[in-house]
Amino acid sequence: MSYEIIGISVLWIFLYGYLIVASVDFGAGFYAWYAKATKKDHIINQLISRYLSPVWEITNVFFVFFFVGIVGFFPDTAYYYGTALLVPGSIALVLLAIRGSFYAFENYGSKQSNVYMFLYGATGLLIPASLAVALTLSEGGFIVEEGNSVSLRYLELFSSPLSWSIVGLALVSVLFISAAFLTFYADRANDQPALKLVRGYALFWSTPTIIAALTAFIFLSQHNERHFDNMMDLWWMLGLSVAFFMAAMLLLYSGKNYGLAFFFVMLQFFFAFFAYGIGHYPYILDPYITIHNSSTHESMGLALVIAFIGGLVLLIPSLVLVFKLFLFDADYVKGKK
Amino acid sequence: MEFDTVMMSRLLTGMTLAFHIIFATIGVGVPLMIAIAEFIGIRRKDPHYLMMARRWARGFIITVAIGVVTGTAIGLQLSLVWPNFMQLAGNVIALPLFMEVFAFFFEAIFLGIYLYTWDRFKNPYTHWALNIPVVLGAGMSAVFITTVNGFMNQPEGFAIENGQFAAVNPIAAMLNTATPTKVFHVLSSAYLTAAALLAAITAFFILKKKATDYHKKALKMTVTLVFIFGVLTALAGDLSAKFLAEHQPEKLAAGEWHFETEENADLVLFGWLDGEEPQGAIRIPGALSFLAFGDFNAEVIGLEEFPEEEIPPLWIHYMFDLMVTIGGALVIIPLLYLIVSRVKKWNEYNKGLLWMIVATGPLAFLAIEFGWFYAEVGRQPWILRGYMTVEEAATTSPYIGLMFFLFMALYIVLGTLCVVTLRKLFRDNPAELELEKHYPNLEKGDD
Ligand code: HDD
Ligand code: HEM
Ligand code: HEM
Repeated sequence: MSYEIIGISVLWIFLYGYLIVASVDFGAGFYAWYAKATKKDHIINQLISRYLSPVWEITNVFFVFFFVGIVGFFPDTAYYYGTALLVPGSIALVLLAIRGSFYAFENYGSKQSNVYMFLYGATGLLIPASLAVALTLSEGGFIVEEGNSVSLRYLELFSSPLSWSIVGLALVSVLFISAAFLTFYADRANDQPALKLVRGYALFWSTPTIIAALTAFIFLSQHNERHFDNMMDLWWMLGLSVAFFMAAMLLLYSGKNYGLAFFFVMLQFFFAFFAYGIGHYPYILDPYITIHNSSTHESMGLALVIAFIGGLVLLIPSLVLVFKLFLFDADYVKGKK
Repeated sequence: MEFDTVMMSRLLTGMTLAFHIIFATIGVGVPLMIAIAEFIGIRRKDPHYLMMARRWARGFIITVAIGVVTGTAIGLQLSLVWPNFMQLAGNVIALPLFMEVFAFFFEAIFLGIYLYTWDRFKNPYTHWALNIPVVLGAGMSAVFITTVNGFMNQPEGFAIENGQFAAVNPIAAMLNTATPTKVFHVLSSAYLTAAALLAAITAFFILKKKATDYHKKALKMTVTLVFIFGVLTALAGDLSAKFLAEHQPEKLAAGEWHFETEENADLVLFGWLDGEEPQGAIRIPGALSFLAFGDFNAEVIGLEEFPEEEIPPLWIHYMFDLMVTIGGALVIIPLLYLIVSRVKKWNEYNKGLLWMIVATGPLAFLAIEFGWFYAEVGRQPWILRGYMTVEEAATTSPYIGLMFFLFMALYIVLGTLCVVTLRKLFRDNPAELELEKHYPNLEKGDD
């Protein structure tokens, strides 16, 4: 296997990781605000902050890993995406900054104010929406190179049904993944009122998730036929994704095994996300960048892969430790520690 | 000065870095201070030191948050604002940037654990040990990013043929000639600054409230550390100057207003320029030769040997002088305190001395800023010295000016909220109260 393939696989896996952990975080932000607005905050907000407090910084590093890694393995992406994304990228950064720092100010600093809860909830939806734009752009037709300059066609972007359907999909997925996780966490904490509430959220957002996915898929077929056809060739992955979705729903409805249910949700997104990614191959930005024409020098590619393996050797045991301490330590989850 | 896209790009990067470096320095330095305090506390079974570690860690969470978000901003901005630079440099210097992320990961994970597991382990050293990966992770991220900056000054480890990379050696690029002295100086100055910050806060409390046992111990420990790292920083700075003299003479010459190559060169401190003649400056005969090569008679290259368009702006002279002056002060002030505290008859808590210690905090941060402005502006016009100029590297997007103001607003909000939150956090919860709550059996101080 060439190191470009290793590189893009590693990056895609980490992006998937970010998709899951960040969805949990962003969605939780929205639910915390929503609960407050509907006067139910006493039920779930304690639960949410117990999980999120120790891990928000880790979530952020997933994102940093992705953008540093992609520029490392495929330096041309810096040129095309960097130039085109100046404005949307900066806006996403400002939102991330507001969210991350306000989180620290409020949770460690003082009591929660309404303004803060609103910002926390709103950024929870706006950030995934703005990040989803990067996926839309990669489909081609929005970033154009003329002469020596690269630019983003805003009008086309904002009038494209594909772009809005991807944003819609991102939003409902965030809410669904997050609710599925919180259901599992509330169950571990044995917190019945919270469980009832978040399980309701999870059930509520399940159907829109599938509808949004289908819509985005249809608009993709109109925008980028090659990508769509490639994905159709991977029909078995899409099928598995749907099957895991159904299995997760079954468990959520019947009210047992929430841990397994969340795991199935993760698999549902895993297969959909990888079908999407593999279908995109070999393009990183249609039609300008493929993983072959943009990859870094071979010796750098090798060095990055070695660094990556070394990094994992450090990271995996540490992550296991975090999970043991904060996710699977029943006493901590229940708030006794 | 023209405010075109290049200028706005430089201003945006400079502003983000100038803001990030404040929190990055705290992020590198403070975990070590926490580790030292907690270790002494456990060793001596002294709750005062344990309380220091606890309180510093609490404040630290807030500054880390800003460090993380501004760091994320600069990390992405490197691609957004300097796409051509990253496209080129990505081929050669991606390795340390990538490894830096692992260092962050490592730091973030253990920081989360450390902060939420006070009193969760039977053996107190277990909790203390959880801080070691934080110290190492933060230190390593500073090391890695500094090698990137070293590479920008001293690009090595690649060969270009016909505009293409013919060979790339990522390790050689990372361990470029600029790396050793730069890493040493950046790390020592970060530890110095963190110690000075904590010493300053403690001295300020003593001045405003009173000298409790807790504050006396904290003062002694932090000022001692300021002294140790102050000496190391000055040593590292001297080595950095020797590096410049040999490998980047135009930066040293511009910083020193040294126009003609000569032996036994004078050191010019402050003053102003009249054409090429420094006026009103303090001249120390032969000192520049000594600073540069450790020999009063050595020859130091002057600006006359460089083409005009490759000479950096001459105002960096002030940046250099201010940094070095502060470097001197940060050795002398703690030394004074240490001497006074050794002599029985003298009182180390006298107002003058305490105010001087209060000054070390802001001074150290100023030195960090001056040092970076000297190092970065002194690299002009290059972004990758000898290979790519800043102008060639900048984005072509017309919106860069707008983004500058967007981020400026963000930093103003973040900075303000950070100060407000920290003040609230500590004012509502003074050390004495917290000590009593956690250690009810502790004897009261002798104040
Ligand atoms: C508390 C902070 C602090 C203090 C007291 C000093 N420095 Fe410094 N200096 C830095 C903080 C710093 C820095 C922020 O860490 C820099 C900026 C870029 C770098 O590599 O380190 C720096 C850069 C820097 C450079 C440029 C290196 C380069 O561009 O490659 C030189 C020559 C010196 N310093 C020399 C000194 C000397 C002779 C000092 C005398 C005591 C001194 N510094 C004190
Ligand atoms: C360690 C890694 C660093 C990297 C990779 C880096 C990168 C850059 C880049 C790309 C630029 C724009 C080009 C230029 O104008 O020279 C720049 C400029 C600048 N950087 Fe750095 N920088 C680093 C560290 C820092 C730090 C820590 C500071 C501290 C405050 C800093 C301060 C500045 C300033 C003030 C400018 C503007 C220079 C000018 O206006 O001419 N840099 N840096
Ligand atoms: C161009 C220069 C720089 C870039 C691109 C950069 C990048 C970053 C990023 C992406 C983060 C957030 C990581 C996370 O999510 O946890 C961060 C935080 C941090 N950076 Fe920077 N950084 C730069 C300069 C520096 C310098 C010069 C230092 C040290 C001397 C430094 C030290 C740190 C530390 C310690 C943190 C962790 C946050 C904290 O503990 O406060 N960085 N940086």
